[in-house]
Amino acid sequence: MSNRYVFIYASVMVIIVALVLSSAATLLRPLQERNMRIEKMQNILSTIGISAPRGEAIELFEQYIKVTKVLNHLGEEVEGDAFEVDLQDENRKPVEERQLPLFIADVDDELYYIVPIRGNGLWGAIWGYLSFLGDLNTIAGANFDHASETPGLGAEIADPPFQNQFRGKKIFDDSGDFRSVTVVKGGAPADDPHAVDAISGGTITSNGVTAMLRNGLQVYKPYFEKQKEL
Amino acid sequence: MSEKNTVPKESLFSPKNRKLITDPIGTSNPITVQVLGVCSVLAVTVQLRASLVLAIAVVAVMGFANVIISLLRHGIPPRIRIIVQLTVIASLVILVDQILKAFVYDVSRQLSVFVGLIITNCIIMGRLEAFALQNKVWPSFLDGIGNAAGYGSILLLVAAVRELLGSGTLMGYQMIPNFMYNFGYVDNGLMILPPMALITVGVIIWVHRHRDKALVDVS
Repeated sequence: MSNRYVFIYASVMVIIVALVLSSAATLLRPLQERNMRIEKMQNILSTIGISAPRGEAIELFEQYIKVTKVLNHLGEEVEGDAFEVDLQDENRKPVEERQLPLFIADVDDELYYIVPIRGNGLWGAIWGYLSFLGDLNTIAGANFDHASETPGLGAEIADPPFQNQFRGKKIFDDSGDFRSVTVVKGGAPADDPHAVDAISGGTITSNGVTAMLRNGLQVYKPYFEKQKEL
Repeated sequence: MSEKNTVPKESLFSPKNRKLITDPIGTSNPITVQVLGVCSVLAVTVQLRASLVLAIAVVAVMGFANVIISLLRHGIPPRIRIIVQLTVIASLVILVDQILKAFVYDVSRQLSVFVGLIITNCIIMGRLEAFALQNKVWPSFLDGIGNAAGYGSILLLVAAVRELLGSGTLMGYQMIPNFMYNFGYVDNGLMILPPMALITVGVIIWVHRHRDKALVDVS
């Protein structure tokens, strides 16, 4: 077989494959995006202790999440759909231009303030949601997920044992200064309200979580402080 | 193939064709006999559900890949045949991945990288190279399905053992009754970790060879 034949064969094959794959991707996109939205709702709901099955996530989300807001860096409400804000884009902008989504949930007349955060782990993006009690200081629940952390090591941030540690931790100290929550290698002191245990073998992911919390929560400080004064 | 010309029509499920399916499940099982594709067996067999989906995905990819390569076998330039095989497998795997993401999102999250790793599953390319390139479409299809089923059956067997002993469930449903736990029965957490998959596969290979002495390598 001549080189010419080989080249033509390869080109035709590549074109056919490209057509098949791109049409499949285009056709299935709406279904996939719906799934991702549902997953986001499930993650948000899990921070307030509600585990939503796939089929009921949309209903439960509408039932519990009463208010969604987009804030600016001064803590003022601005135009926008909080659910559609893409933190990956926002984190690239200077703080002054960022849109900060906020979800307010009402569970049995108790208000929870849920903020999304996003940062970098070892191999790729990590993200999560934190819910705060009405004092806007105490963490009520945390949910983290990751794109490609190492299974069994960094990927453990997506598992309940790690996430449950955050319950009851505080991001401001008694004098009202922002302290965030630090993921401490070698174990956090049990009585430290601003620290949790890191994951063995997942140091860089753990540090990524610390940085993500610090950067992601700091920007909400103006809003939280304003809210507390009310 | 010359004998075939004298026989006008070979039935679809002739003994020879049936062997294409049954052999890889038994005496030439890709995992326990040829020890191929072990990586994914170690990784996804914590739960039966994920294993079942992966097994089905591999059956689909392998069946189609064998058929496509068999259809193309006279046209594929020998010099780029490996690339052609790889392209076919990779495209099918991407399709499977997209379909899983659209219809069974949870499972696709759980399988994460392993769907993509079907591409590197040496069983598939091995069958394309060894069988589909020389055989007609129907036998190639059977060979693909057979080998994938051989792979899948071990996958499911290992997953069933690990999920039952490691989490006390099968397909997510509780199997060990509560009174057993009340008596002090504890799920074996070790079964969830990858090394136990290796050991389970080892035990299966041992039993398999014990029952079929022809497989024992005497050298």
